[in-house]
Amino acid sequence: MSAFISRGFTGRRRTPTELAERLPPGQYAESGFPVLTAGPTPDVPTDTWRFRIDGMVARPQEWNWEQFGALPFETVPCDIHCVTKWSKLGTSFGGVSLDTLLPLAEPLGGYAMIWSYGGYTTNLAIEDLTGGKAWVVTEYEGEPLPREHGGPARLLVPHLYFWKSAKWVSGARVMDHDEPGFWEMNGYHNRGDPWKEQRYWND
Amino acid sequence: MERLTAVEQRAPGRWQIGTVSVIKRETPRVKSFRIALPMWMPYLPGQHYDVRLTAPDGYRAQRSYSVASSPLDEGEIELTIDRLDDGEVSPYFHDVVAEGDEVEVRGPFTSYFVWRGEHPVLLVGGGSGVVPLMSMLRHRRRTMPDLAMRLLYSVRGAEDVIYADELGDDAVLTFTRSAPAGWSGHRGRIDGALIAASASSFTSGLAFVCGSNGFVEAATGLLLATGFEPQRIRTERFGPSG
Repeated sequence: MSAFISRGFTGRRRTPTELAERLPPGQYAESGFPVLTAGPTPDVPTDTWRFRIDGMVARPQEWNWEQFGALPFETVPCDIHCVTKWSKLGTSFGGVSLDTLLPLAEPLGGYAMIWSYGGYTTNLAIEDLTGGKAWVVTEYEGEPLPREHGGPARLLVPHLYFWKSAKWVSGARVMDHDEPGFWEMNGYHNRGDPWKEQRYWND
Repeated sequence: MERLTAVEQRAPGRWQIGTVSVIKRETPRVKSFRIALPMWMPYLPGQHYDVRLTAPDGYRAQRSYSVASSPLDEGEIELTIDRLDDGEVSPYFHDVVAEGDEVEVRGPFTSYFVWRGEHPVLLVGGGSGVVPLMSMLRHRRRTMPDLAMRLLYSVRGAEDVIYADELGDDAVLTFTRSAPAGWSGHRGRIDGALIAASASSFTSGLAFVCGSNGFVEAATGLLLATGFEPQRIRTERFGPSG
């Protein structure tokens, strides 16, 4: 760690101690919910929305909006951390756990490429999608997920930087090997653990 | 004429201590900081650097800022910073940093919102969203001045124009609140008429749109309506920052 001190800097936006320990290194608490999207915001009507799990699976699965709504629904209280440095503490989403979805497809590989309406992709290890760590969510703080935040449905993987929580999610392709997704090809870290500050390549 | 710098995305360098060589006031709330770097590396117009401030007790704050300069300016970068009153990094830069000060930076980062020489190119900026676009415009002027590139730049008033002394025929301004005396150009927000007049010959190329989320949503909606395909529109949206 460098011993560099910024001349005259005292830090005037410090987070209270009880919340500070929930902030990963280099993050600050933000009360709003900023919108960061690469490209135009897709418009995905629920009557054409589908979520698929395919690739290296025993039984490819596809749900339409109605079928998806009949799956076990969980409320997920969480803190979220964006690689652009803001974190939002104490928020909540609602949706279906990947622990419910993936076993129905029976993955035969250890990795998944998540893809979205609009062409966005992000890669995750199945390990990071299972064990109560990932959901496909359709609600934000008790209301339908707004379109600008990925509605009608987005992935939620709160233990990793938020670019992994793909908006307008449309499916997961299970693979036997890892491949970089959109941001992972464009300079962001392959896994993105905020507690290890894995922001960029080589972090 | 200088040649276009061809740069492949590569892993950024480590944190390094740069030295602020020149500070230029652009507007009442925007300043540009030219920073000399001991470990400079070529970058692409549109890339950003991270800045990290450290207090004596170890408390730190980090933010990302787009590079405004052309990558032909070897050995240095220019960061243009909008002062956000309730922030802590931008007020520090505005109120404390002086020429000769050292600042800790790391970069360059990410290769999506970058210009690699494609053409034609339409740049659409709102407020300080013009910063990464200026890197593209400056680089194009020095490498391929005949390449079709146009900047649509939305600002509130005459005193809010960043890089005012550098905007030429390749820039189209619109003033959303108060235009300068004698202004005969566009007024109000970027709208369908302005896009139709300025953007329709660019739809075969790329559009880069940068600004607040509301600005980017409105501008991309107009570009889609004028015939840009979604994959030809690259966006960068600021969150609340500071």
